[in-house]
Amino acid sequence: MKADVPPSGAPLVELKGISKRYGDLLANDGIDLSIEPGEIHALLGENGAGKSTLVKILYGVIEPSAGEIRWEGRPVSIGSPVEARALGLGMVFQHFSLFDELSVAENIAVALSDEWNLSTVRSKLGEISSTYGLALNADRAVWTLSAGERQRIEIVRCLLQNPRLLILDEPTSVLTPQESEHLFTTLDRLSAEGCSILYISHKLEEVRRLCRRATILRAGRVVATIDPRAKSAREIAALMVGNEVGEVRTDAPHHPEGEILRVANLSMPPAGLHGQALRDINLVARAGEVVGIAGVAGNGQSELFAALSGERPADRADAVVIAGKASGIMGIDARRRLGAAFVPEERLGHAAAPSHRLSENTLISHAAAEVSRSGFILVNAAKRLARSIVQSFDVRTPEGDPQARKLSGGNLQKFVIGREIIRKPKLIIVDQPTWGVDAGAARLIRQALVDLARAGSAVVVVSQDLDELFEVADRMAVIHHGSLSPLRPIGEWTREAVGLEMLGVAQAHGGAHAV
Amino acid sequence: MTIVEAILLTIVTASTPLLIAALGELVTERSGVLNLGVEGMMAMGAACSFAAAVTFDSTLIGVAAGMLAGTLMAALFALLVLGFAANQTGSGLALTILGLGLSGLIGAPFVGARRDPIAPLDIPILSDIPVVGRLFFEQDLFVYASIVLTVLVGLYLMRTRSGLTLRSIGENHTSANALGLPVWRVRFWAILFGGACAGLAGAYLALVYTRFWSPGMTAGRGWIALALVVFAAWRPGWVLVGAYIFGAATVLQLHAQAAQFGVPSQLLSAVPYLATILALLLLSIRHGRAIGAPGSLGVPFVPDR
Repeated sequence: MKADVPPSGAPLVELKGISKRYGDLLANDGIDLSIEPGEIHALLGENGAGKSTLVKILYGVIEPSAGEIRWEGRPVSIGSPVEARALGLGMVFQHFSLFDELSVAENIAVALSDEWNLSTVRSKLGEISSTYGLALNADRAVWTLSAGERQRIEIVRCLLQNPRLLILDEPTSVLTPQESEHLFTTLDRLSAEGCSILYISHKLEEVRRLCRRATILRAGRVVATIDPRAKSAREIAALMVGNEVGEVRTDAPHHPEGEILRVANLSMPPAGLHGQALRDINLVARAGEVVGIAGVAGNGQSELFAALSGERPADRADAVVIAGKASGIMGIDARRRLGAAFVPEERLGHAAAPSHRLSENTLISHAAAEVSRSGFILVNAAKRLARSIVQSFDVRTPEGDPQARKLSGGNLQKFVIGREIIRKPKLIIVDQPTWGVDAGAARLIRQALVDLARAGSAVVVVSQDLDELFEVADRMAVIHHGSLSPLRPIGEWTREAVGLEMLGVAQAHGGAHAV
Repeated sequence: MTIVEAILLTIVTASTPLLIAALGELVTERSGVLNLGVEGMMAMGAACSFAAAVTFDSTLIGVAAGMLAGTLMAALFALLVLGFAANQTGSGLALTILGLGLSGLIGAPFVGARRDPIAPLDIPILSDIPVVGRLFFEQDLFVYASIVLTVLVGLYLMRTRSGLTLRSIGENHTSANALGLPVWRVRFWAILFGGACAGLAGAYLALVYTRFWSPGMTAGRGWIALALVVFAAWRPGWVLVGAYIFGAATVLQLHAQAAQFGVPSQLLSAVPYLATILALLLLSIRHGRAIGAPGSLGVPFVPDR
């Protein structure tokens, strides 16, 4: 493939008029994009803008409906990931393409060509690890590793194939700030060695940190190719979203009143094989405030959520006190009757029944009075309720009362959060409110949560998105390995302090950063 | 030959078909495909092997016909679950019902026929050692083959590149596809291997164990092989242990019934099943952590293209 000398000045890779059609939907519409040797090129866009489709086409996972790909000036057709790799492309996937039960070395070996075996992988792994500072233990099973370590496996796997172009799809979404910085250093170094990088993200700050050129996608089209350092974050966001994104208003007076939620010395053993134990959690949420819980995924967030919602009751009643009532051993519905509302992380299958209509889905948390009587469903009342949620929370539906699975992720999230907020709960606990939701919907959801708090409810937001927590929270704590740091007013936190807590090293450093 | 020797020898004969069928299913399941049609493929293997062996008066042709029948049944299953991404549970159950019915039809003309026993492989000198001599060194070829097969399957899965590919595909077919691993091709061959093994197990039943054909003679052994794979946590070594525990319990309960302990015979018949569950549960507890099924087991693979 690389025998001939490339025509001088030709970009490493050039996409011309790439289109991909799924039925009526044009996921990619005539996209042009070029990447120079050694360049770190950003691909920016909201969820659903067509970024993932485009890179899957480039990597040969899906085939384009139209368009041409040129590699070093020559037209090529990339029919499969194997051909892509032979050409010199490497890809680090957003949702890791790893095999949980296999070891690190096995995970790497399985993606490499036949001349590699486990022992050559092991020795080369050591070499690459020390060159790029990507520490990995070859014999650990992947399911025991952190997200940062998993990503390192993917990167090492690509590097072992000496890629000319490395594609990273939202690489920092699961990393702590420190891990992200570490990744950026590695990428800078690769770029200096002449490897091109296509960096996909919706986080403007890191794009400005890394890239000199960024291609912005909106609704499947290229809207601009810019120098991200020459534009403000606001201008770039406007290009991505199409209209100016307002910021969440949090400036309303913040007068927290009585305590609505008290968690006292809550400990729980892990629920299953891959679960996380909760260790001596203490937490108070008062009426009128938003309490944020930060942390890297898998540190006990879902376990904490399950304990608070009653999905997994605690062993003593006073571990969780809701509205003055010891409710640690109550089930979900009993807690709802105390005025609490819960929105779990997984919208489809946990917060909503996929094949049920929206009106039927209102029954999941509104079973009490307004939508059923003596065990019978009040069909019209349920439909009216669904309609009012759809209207108040700007849920875009394909038809009047569709099945939950027919909604896009962002719209369904607006629905399930709206379904709880419309009840005006005294307490709402939300796990990852805007995970995988586009910027417009995310802003609406955050605003609704803040407004609910300002109207006198207690709001607890569990999130991996630090920007989100800094935007909405009045007080924040960090969860790490099932332990919760003390709650501090948001003004007392810095990103560095949060990062250290996420890594569990704050204590070792005397905790001085946060105080 | 002492009574102990006789009992031990029958245990080996009872365990071997379970071991062979379970190994085949283990490979299929490790690739992420659940084939509930083992019982049907085994029945077809038994009927076709017996029919061919009687017709051509050749055990070798019989065995080949049994394996071919199992493979063809598996190919039909592969067409459904790979070609049409059909529900694997439904397709597997259908395969069992089809196999049981079709084997009855094929075997009907051969009811009442008998085959001579197969001469065991007699390894000189070693087989003269008292008790263990005959047990270890004077078995039929299939017994040795099944042990070798266990070792080969273990080595293949854990020590070869192709085995690693197969395990990866079973663990997460979406990732495997994104890495460019040939999901369909590997699963196709894994399903065929499972079919060939089930057919061979059926052939062993008809040609060595009973030496006659009767409809429904597999008597649930295919289901037991399936259960063994689960209880053995998808590990070939444990399948071997499980198969022999089950085989031993089957034979011993017969002797217990003959000895008339005053325990209901129905209860004694249940002993093998209870013993298998208990022993393999203990194994799995001792191993420390429960071992999950392959991540993509039973999930149809439909790539987005």
